[in-house]
Amino acid sequence: MIGPCDKCEEMMQPFLDGTLSEAEVHEAEEHLAKCSWCAKRFRFEERLRHYVRVAVSEPMPAELKAKLAALRTPL
Amino acid sequence: MSDSAPSTADTRRLAEEARARVRFEEEALELSDQVYRLARRLAGSREEADDLVQQTYERAFRSWRQYTPGTNLRAWLLRILTNLNIDRGRRQQRAPQTTSLDTEAGDYFLYNQLEATMAGENPDEERVLERLSQDSIVEALSDVPHDFRDVLVLVDIGEFSYADAAQILDIPIGTVMSRLHRGRRILKKNLADRTVPT
Repeated sequence: MIGPCDKCEEMMQPFLDGTLSEAEVHEAEEHLAKCSWCAKRFRFEERLRHYVRVAVSEPMPAELKAKLAALRTPL
Repeated sequence: MSDSAPSTADTRRLAEEARARVRFEEEALELSDQVYRLARRLAGSREEADDLVQQTYERAFRSWRQYTPGTNLRAWLLRILTNLNIDRGRRQQRAPQTTSLDTEAGDYFLYNQLEATMAGENPDEERVLERLSQDSIVEALSDVPHDFRDVLVLVDIGEFSYADAAQILDIPIGTVMSRLHRGRRILKKNLADRTVPT
């Protein structure tokens, strides 16, 4: 038996991606407004995506940058 | 006028082409930091990422005429890069990637796991997030199987649209969406596995 929180969990990714239908968004929002347990997990997911993006970001080594610049057609 | 002497029109055309080429190369180089960041996560190691980016730019500069000005140059570069990556890295491992369902968990799984390792009741989500170290995130992402990771890196790290990711990887948009959905779950499962209990 699927409860409302299980359904909300299933809707989390498409909700945050903005790919749900208007009716589904309404349904999710209605549940989130009264379920702090799910709301917290939605907020966490949103932050997690940002956190992951920042954490895995590694700057390009300067030597590589110089190598790429050297590939340009000489003027 | 003799046939061999370049006409004014020809000279103008050549000058115009030279300018277009310089412009293309400059625009492509401006995107190199962003291209590298994604390459670093798509490739297995730093050395591979370096080679991949260099080869991508060599190829891009060679075939710059194939790029349509005004279209998404970053996506065009990533398409070259992912093709090179698939050609080189995966030749060795032809076996299809399988990920059994039991390695996946629902979308709340990571949060539930992290919260369970924390003392005290009802911590706020920012504190729960702090339980994840940068190294564990990098490792957890690199352990996501290629097919899922490619989509995850392009959409969630590179912020490409589903449509752009579909074009870059030459797969249907529905496949992008399903791989993304599963890829995120696999990533969260990997993160949960790397969380040290307090």
